[in-house]
Amino acid sequence: MSAQKGYQDRTEILQGTLDMLILQTLQWAPRHGYALSKAIRTNSGEILKVDTGSLYPALHRLERKGWIAAEWKKSEVGPRLRVYRLTKSGKRHLLVERSRWAKLLEAISGVLNPTKKESEA
Amino acid sequence: MRFALWGRKQRDEELQEEIQAHLALAEREEMESGRTGKEAQASARREFGNVGIAEETTRDMWGWRWLVDFFQDVRYALRTLRKRLGFAAVALLTLALGSGATTVMFTVINSVLLKPLPYPEPDRLVSLQEQTEKLTQYGNIWAFAYPNFLDCKRESRSLDMAAWRYSVGTLSEQGKAEYVSSRQISAELFSLLGVSVQGRGFLPEEDRPGAAPVVVVSHGLWQRLRGGDPGAVGTPLVIDGRSFTIVGITPAGFRWDGEEPDVFTPLGQDTAPSMQNRNRHPGIQVVARLRPGVKLAEARADLALIGSHLAQQYPESNAGRSFVAEQLRPDVGDVRSTLWLLLGAVSLVLLIACVNVASLLLARAVSRERELAMRVALGAGRGRLVRQCLTESAVLGLSGGALGILLAAIGIRPFVAFWPGALPRAEEVQLDWRVLLFALAASLVSGLLFGLAPALRAPVRELEQTLRAGGRTVAGSSRRLHSSFVASEIALAVVLLVSAGMLGRTLLRLSSLEPGMNFRNVLTTRMALSSDLLAKPGQIRGAWQDVLERARRVPGVQSVAAVDTVPMREGNNQLGYWTTPAVPPPDKQPLALTTCVTPDYLQVMGISLLKGRFFDDHDRLGNEPVIVIDDVLAQQAFGANEPVGKALYVPGMGSKSWSEEDNPVPIRIVGVVRHVRHWGLAGDDQAKVRAQFYYPFAQVPDAFLRRWSELMSIAVRTSIPPLNVVEALRRELRGGSGGASGDQALYEVHTMEQLVSASLARQRFLLLLFGVFAGLALLLACIGIYGVLAYLTGQRLPEMGVRIALGASAGEVIWLVLRQSLAMIFAGVAMGIGGAFAAGRLLVHRVDGMQPAEPLTFAGMILVLVAAALFASFVPARRASRVDPLVALRYE
Repeated sequence: MSAQKGYQDRTEILQGTLDMLILQTLQWAPRHGYALSKAIRTNSGEILKVDTGSLYPALHRLERKGWIAAEWKKSEVGPRLRVYRLTKSGKRHLLVERSRWAKLLEAISGVLNPTKKESEA
Repeated sequence: MRFALWGRKQRDEELQEEIQAHLALAEREEMESGRTGKEAQASARREFGNVGIAEETTRDMWGWRWLVDFFQDVRYALRTLRKRLGFAAVALLTLALGSGATTVMFTVINSVLLKPLPYPEPDRLVSLQEQTEKLTQYGNIWAFAYPNFLDCKRESRSLDMAAWRYSVGTLSEQGKAEYVSSRQISAELFSLLGVSVQGRGFLPEEDRPGAAPVVVVSHGLWQRLRGGDPGAVGTPLVIDGRSFTIVGITPAGFRWDGEEPDVFTPLGQDTAPSMQNRNRHPGIQVVARLRPGVKLAEARADLALIGSHLAQQYPESNAGRSFVAEQLRPDVGDVRSTLWLLLGAVSLVLLIACVNVASLLLARAVSRERELAMRVALGAGRGRLVRQCLTESAVLGLSGGALGILLAAIGIRPFVAFWPGALPRAEEVQLDWRVLLFALAASLVSGLLFGLAPALRAPVRELEQTLRAGGRTVAGSSRRLHSSFVASEIALAVVLLVSAGMLGRTLLRLSSLEPGMNFRNVLTTRMALSSDLLAKPGQIRGAWQDVLERARRVPGVQSVAAVDTVPMREGNNQLGYWTTPAVPPPDKQPLALTTCVTPDYLQVMGISLLKGRFFDDHDRLGNEPVIVIDDVLAQQAFGANEPVGKALYVPGMGSKSWSEEDNPVPIRIVGVVRHVRHWGLAGDDQAKVRAQFYYPFAQVPDAFLRRWSELMSIAVRTSIPPLNVVEALRRELRGGSGGASGDQALYEVHTMEQLVSASLARQRFLLLLFGVFAGLALLLACIGIYGVLAYLTGQRLPEMGVRIALGASAGEVIWLVLRQSLAMIFAGVAMGIGGAFAAGRLLVHRVDGMQPAEPLTFAGMILVLVAAALFASFVPARRASRVDPLVALRYE
């Protein structure tokens, strides 16, 4: 139970962004959990490290919302792998998330770098 | 539920597989970058973090967390209950008794009062009656006249109708005479009710005067008489000396109007002239079914229209007369209020049981305070703990309820058999889904009720204090809660005890009432005069004379009389009377109970003559009409004046033809006798009509003799136990000589003692059950107060040790504990007195012969309760006084 609380603390930072990163990463190709975390790490230039304690809950939550779908696939390396792919409604949601993120970024940078005019006024 | 669990297990395994695959892939990558197997595995795990937590939080995402928690709580609750078997057993037993008794009462209420009639589409059945604009002393609702029924049936567009009428008969079969209850019915009755008759019902052409005599017999009679022989249909059956052909047999268990008549004959074959009369007629009952799509209001409008047609067509009889329809309901009499009273009492017991379990649970919750505090410290949410506590009490409540249902299923038959007299619709009493729903709801609600208090304590404040205190704290709020539990238990017990006390005193008072007669060694029985004799009016008087003489000859019989209405038995006749010839209209006349008797009646019943004389053999038809009144009528009509020798005017009596149209004739009062409690020991004081007068059977005009003879009973005074003369009397009175064909049967044989006792049956039954419930309440309340005090003093043992060490005597310590319990007891008594007053008022309204509670009853019952409660508190008090200070202090 304390763990749940901790998880919630983390997701307060990552919630939304983690979902968006997962959806975005799955847009190119279906992936299983490990590949997904690796892809996010690589694509962010090793800066963003996905906490696996958050990754799987997020995957299962997105699946329940119908934005991604899962399928068991045989792998050449041995164990079965649960492979996630983006669904249609997931694609739509990704667009919404991205535009929301863009607005947020713009707003934040607006605050961080105010134009002269505004500071004079 | 099982599916969800099964699905969950599979998903659990898949999740593990998914995470293991993740770890395997990570490990492989580590090894590829040149680490050894062990290092790679450790690094992969480190990278991943806590696998358990990841799994747990992922599972949370599945959205059925509440269900899993629920099962976890149920398992946990069962485990804790198993661990504390003593506690669980006491709680379960208490609840099972409470809910079992409640379920039994509700089962009876459900079957007798709530369940619809056992015919198809019972809500579309209505009963019809005539209504007059003019109101008489008997009201303005009347039974139907047969011609009115025929007209209504023909003209109605909204209703299908059938008629029926009470009748009796004597069956002659294989030389034996048997009295049977009979109904004359119109041909449509069975099909209208939706009852399928084996063989067939009556045809419309059989429902007419002069048609071949046919009969439908009940399943019971068919079994009894013909051993269920399927060939019985088509064979003859002799009723009242007339041969009928059996055409049909009713299905097993068929009941009509709460009874199971033996035979049915076609109403239309009744050729009595009064049947064709719209004004003065024997009266028939009419039942109807709404045609498809018709509403009751439409049927009423239809009937009103028919009523106005008939009023125009037959103004003499039908002016101001209309027809009214009411939904047909089972007739259950005063059983309704008895049942609700008992359900009320039994609910109080259940409530006490709940409070008891609640205080047990609370004591446990307080001792578990540390455990709960620990769990909060480990991150349990407030809601989660409340839910767990409630789940525990719900599990307890439901198990108690299930046990209760089991008890009810076992106990319901004995209870119904135990009911005094006949419980209406008793054969329909059974557990059904409504009862199960009720029991389930009741046990769930009670579970939540007694779980609430402990549950609300669950969110622990001042966590560190609780944890640091090491489980020895008694929060003040818990003590207050415990006290209020005990107080409310005491209050509920006071209500039940005082009610039982009131009933007990009432019964004592009623049994000691003077019935107005000597009811020992008296036997009464109805008697059917042979149909051969009834056919010849000239012989009826002689036949009765013969019957009385034969009865007098039976060994053990001292005196014999014939009488129409026996005191305290079902049935009475009421007539209006006046003291001058200027008799007011019927609704202004005072009413009196009238009894038709032969001269020895006073002697047989042991009624004392106060003034004048009783009847003798000179009081015959043709001599001056005479009457004997009781002291109540004397007081009402004449006050302090001397009544004997005065005249009484009774419309429809005294004149030659006894017609109400005649001018009132003076009837001489020749004597005054003591009032007899005709309505029973309990009911007589409240009865509307109490005044009585007697008139001689010998002065009944010939025209009425036949009808009177159908109603007469025999009463005999015996020198030996009255039931011992029954067989000899039966043999002697069967007839077989003097024109009678040996088919005279005795029925409804009772001793007067039985009738007197039956008139108090309801009060006795209520007293018994209230007594049982009150005893149960007392026991539960004592267990409750004992449990709470034992717990509270247990918590205070170290304190007691200190007190004793400092020199307190045993008596002082005992007093300390008793004082605490006295405070609770008196708070409860104070609360209970108000409730007891309310319950007492309800009883006075609902039970005949009840009188408002006297202070003595209150004081006595409360004394019993206080003594019992103090006794229960004495045990823990003494234990506290004997505590060894050393042991107690080591506790610190």
